[in-house]
Amino acid sequence: MGLYDIIFYLFAIITIASAVVVVNSKNIVHAAFSMLLTFFGVSGIYVLLGADFLAVVQIMVYVGGILILLLFGVMLTNKIVSVDIRSGSIQVIPAIIALGAFAAILFSIMTSTNWKSESFEIPTTTSVELGNLLMSQYVLIFELLAILLLVAMIGAASIARRDKE
Amino acid sequence: MEVGLNHFLTVSVALFSLGLYGVVTRKNAVMVLMGVELILNSANINFVAFSRFGNFGIDGQLYALFVIILAAAEAAIALAIVLNIYKTFVNVNIDEINNLKE
Repeated sequence: MGLYDIIFYLFAIITIASAVVVVNSKNIVHAAFSMLLTFFGVSGIYVLLGADFLAVVQIMVYVGGILILLLFGVMLTNKIVSVDIRSGSIQVIPAIIALGAFAAILFSIMTSTNWKSESFEIPTTTSVELGNLLMSQYVLIFELLAILLLVAMIGAASIARRDKE
Repeated sequence: MEVGLNHFLTVSVALFSLGLYGVVTRKNAVMVLMGVELILNSANINFVAFSRFGNFGIDGQLYALFVIILAAAEAAIALAIVLNIYKTFVNVNIDEINNLKE
């Protein structure tokens, strides 16, 4: 077992274990902070797959943006005086049974499929190639996503705006 | 055993199932959003893994980048909606919210 394998298992365990905490923790703030570990684990997996730029973007956007947004959501939708930032679960047993079966089906499909698996030489830095693709082949999607982000920003601001009474 | 494509896909399967479990069992709407983020992350792992082992170039990484951007937009909109629900119903437990209008 080489160093690559050991690091992979480490990141996989971090990701899965903290994801289990996210979906089971009663305290929403604990769940949000353990989500941080999940994102770091996924980012490490990206690095192992040779996607260095994506790993940095994952940390910047998810940890720096989405997680902060979720924490704001938690704090704005719970009364601070009541301190009780707790949230229960419903129908745990049926969900465990159904999703266990679902995961088993996915896993068996995955192992029985003969995936095309040929490794190729990953460029040492992917950002140059990603930038070239973004400005040539995928320029339309790039522009559309820019418009989408603008629309989402205006839409979110206008939905959450407080009406003048 | 050498770490290959199947190992990464296994992590992705586990993350997807956990995310779906969070979506269907949690009461708080913010927790449901966290489940959705886990699902998007598992899809992203698939994209990057196939791009690494499938010899398609690095287009898969670009698609993962697009998914991250969409996730950011989705989180902003969804939290605005959750704030509106809180203004109307005073809590965000999605099992108690069963009418569209007061």
